[in-house]
Amino acid sequence: MEKTIKKSWPTFAAFVVGFLWPFVQGLYLSFCKFTTVDKVEFNGFDNYIYALTDGEFLHAFWFTALFTVVSTVLINVLAFAIAMALTRGIKGTNLFRSVFFMPNLIGGIVLGYIWNILLNCVLTLLGQPLMSLSAPYGFLGLIILMCWQQIGYMMIIYIAGLQSIPNDYLEAARIDGASERQILWRIKIPNVMPSITICLFLSLTNGFKLFDQNLALTNGDPRHLTEMLALNIYNTFYGRSGAVWKGYGQAKAVLFCILVIVISLVQLKATRSKEVQQ
Amino acid sequence: MYYLNFKPEQDKDWQALAQAYTAETGVPVTVVTAASGNYETTLTSEISKSNPPTLFQVNGPVGLENWKDYCYDFTGTEILGELTSDNYALKDGDAVLGIAYVVESYGLIVNKTLLQKAGYTVEDIQSFADLKKVAEDITARKAELGFAAFTSAGMDGSSDWRFKTHLANLPIYFEYQADNIGTTKAIKGTYLDNYKAIFDLYINNSTCEPSALAGKTGDDSRNEFLAGEAVFYQNGSWEYSQLTGENAFTDEDLAMIPIYIGVGDEAKQGLCTGTENYWCINKDAKPEDIQATLDFITWCVTSETGTKAMAEDMGFVIPFKNAQESENLFVRQDAEYLAAGKVPVSWNFPTMPSENWKNELGSALTSYAAGMGSWDDVVKAFVDGWASEYALLG
Repeated sequence: MEKTIKKSWPTFAAFVVGFLWPFVQGLYLSFCKFTTVDKVEFNGFDNYIYALTDGEFLHAFWFTALFTVVSTVLINVLAFAIAMALTRGIKGTNLFRSVFFMPNLIGGIVLGYIWNILLNCVLTLLGQPLMSLSAPYGFLGLIILMCWQQIGYMMIIYIAGLQSIPNDYLEAARIDGASERQILWRIKIPNVMPSITICLFLSLTNGFKLFDQNLALTNGDPRHLTEMLALNIYNTFYGRSGAVWKGYGQAKAVLFCILVIVISLVQLKATRSKEVQQ
Repeated sequence: MYYLNFKPEQDKDWQALAQAYTAETGVPVTVVTAASGNYETTLTSEISKSNPPTLFQVNGPVGLENWKDYCYDFTGTEILGELTSDNYALKDGDAVLGIAYVVESYGLIVNKTLLQKAGYTVEDIQSFADLKKVAEDITARKAELGFAAFTSAGMDGSSDWRFKTHLANLPIYFEYQADNIGTTKAIKGTYLDNYKAIFDLYINNSTCEPSALAGKTGDDSRNEFLAGEAVFYQNGSWEYSQLTGENAFTDEDLAMIPIYIGVGDEAKQGLCTGTENYWCINKDAKPEDIQATLDFITWCVTSETGTKAMAEDMGFVIPFKNAQESENLFVRQDAEYLAAGKVPVSWNFPTMPSENWKNELGSALTSYAAGMGSWDDVVKAFVDGWASEYALLG
C-alpha cells in the first residue's frame, strides 16, 4: 500500500500541475477582470451576473441541450443497430467495422469544413438556403455530422458488449422458445448495460462540449442562432475588445464546467443502477 | 528582442530582415508569426509567458483597449520623429502607444483587358452612376461577353470582411466627414442607403446568384478574377503579389479605382488608404530589451536595408521619411491619385466598436443578400448594434 502511494506521487504531481492548479486559477479568474492572467483585478460576482443574464448564452444553452438530446438518442440507437447487424457473422463484417469506425479518425475541424462544402452543395441543388442562413439547416447539419463521426466509435463499444454476452444465455433462451425481440430486451440490453453507460456518457458529454465541428460547420451563423455553449464562451473571450470580456467568458466557462459535471453524474447514476451482474 | 508578427503573408520577409539585422549588429531578433485570424489568441497567451514579445501589434483604437496597459509610451523616441504625419501615431490621451508601420489602400481592382472588351475604359468610371451604368451594361450582355461585372461578394468568413468592414468604412467615413468627427459612440447611418446601393450593385451583377454568396470564400472570389470571369474585384494593395506573376496578370492588365458610393465630391475621391497595423512595445519588458526593440524598428524604417526590405520584399508603403518607393502597382496608383489632387478615404474601421459588431453586420448582410432578411435588419445591426456595442465597451 505504502509502495503504491509512493509510486503514485509523480502522477499526482502531474495531476496538480496539469489539472488542479489551472482549475483553481480558472475559478479565481472568473471573479476577476483581466486581459492576461498575471494582471488581474477582483470584481466579485459581476461576471456571473452578466453570464446569467446574457440572452445569447441562454439561447446557446437551450440549443446545446436540444442538440445533445437529439444527437445522443440518434447516435446510440443507430450505433446499437449497426452493432447488432455486425455481430451476426455476415460476410465482410470486419471490413464494415473498419469503414464505420474510420470517420472517427478525422479531426473535427476538417470534418466540419468538408461537411460544410458537401451540405451547402446539396442545399444549393435543392434550392434551399445555405446553412449559415438558416438555423434549422445548421442544426440538421450538426446532427448529421456528429452522427457520421460518432456512430462508428459507439458501435465498436457496443460490439464488444454484445460479444461478451455468454452464448449459454442466448442458447438457453432460444431453447425455451424466446422470440428475437424478447432476447433483445430481456437478455442483450440488460447485459450490455455497461456499454450503454459508457456510450451515453461519451455522447452526452461530447454533445455538450462540442466546439470544433460547430466552429467549422456553422460558426454560430445566422446571428448566433446555431452557437453552442463552448463556441459562445470562446466568442465572449476573444471576440470582443475590453478587459471585462475575459472575465465574462471565464465565468461562463465555470458555469459550463459545473453543468457538464452535474449532467454526467446524474446520467452515470441513472444508468449504473440498471446494470446487471453476469 | 521578440516580435510577434500579425501578417502571415510577410513572415518569410520578416525572418530574413531579422537575420540581416543580427548579421549587422549582433543583436538576436526572434520573429514569430501568429496564424491568420489568431493574433489576439496568440498574443494573450504569449504575453503572459516568461519571455513575452517585446514588440507586438494592435489594429487601432478599439484593439488598443485590450492592450493599453501593456504599451510603452513612444513620446520622445527617435522613431516617432521619423513619421511623416502625426496621424500615424496611435494615441491614448497624450501618450503615444502605437506607431503605424504600413499604409495600405483598397478599392475596386479592375481587369482592364476585360473592361475594354466590354467597350469601356477606366476613365469612363468617375462616379457611382458611371459604375452602375457599366456594371449593369455588362450584366445585360453577360452571355455575349462571357464574363460578369463583379467577382462573387462572398460572405464566408474568409471574405466577408471585405463588405462588413472595408465597404462599411465608406458610409462611416462620409458620416464622420459630414459631422466633422473622427469617432463616435452613436453612428447615425446617414449614408446607409448608399451602402445598400453599392452592395446591391455587387450582388446583382456578380458571377453567381445572390443566394449562393453565403458560402463563397475569398479564394473563390480571387480565382474568379484570375480566371477572367469578372471585371471588378474589391480588395486591397496586399493582393498585388497574388494577382501578378506567372500565369497571372501584368501591371498593364490591372488598375485600382476608388469605390464610389454616390456621396460627396466623387470627382475628388481617392482610394481608401490607411492602416490598421500599429507597432506597440511591451512596457513590462526589461529596459534594455525595450531599447533593443526601439533600435530594431528604427533601423527597419530608416536604414537602407530595412526600408528596402519593407518596400520591395514586403511591398509596403511605410509612413516614414526615409521610405523607398514600392513596386506595388496599386500603391503607386494611390500616389498618382494623391498627386492628381484626389483625397484618400481614410480607414475608419478601427473605430468600429468590436469584432462582434462586424459579425452581426456580416450576418445581416448575408441574410439580406440571400433574400432571407430585410435591409432593415442590416440598418439595425449597423446603427443599434454600434450603440449597444459601445455601451458594452464601457
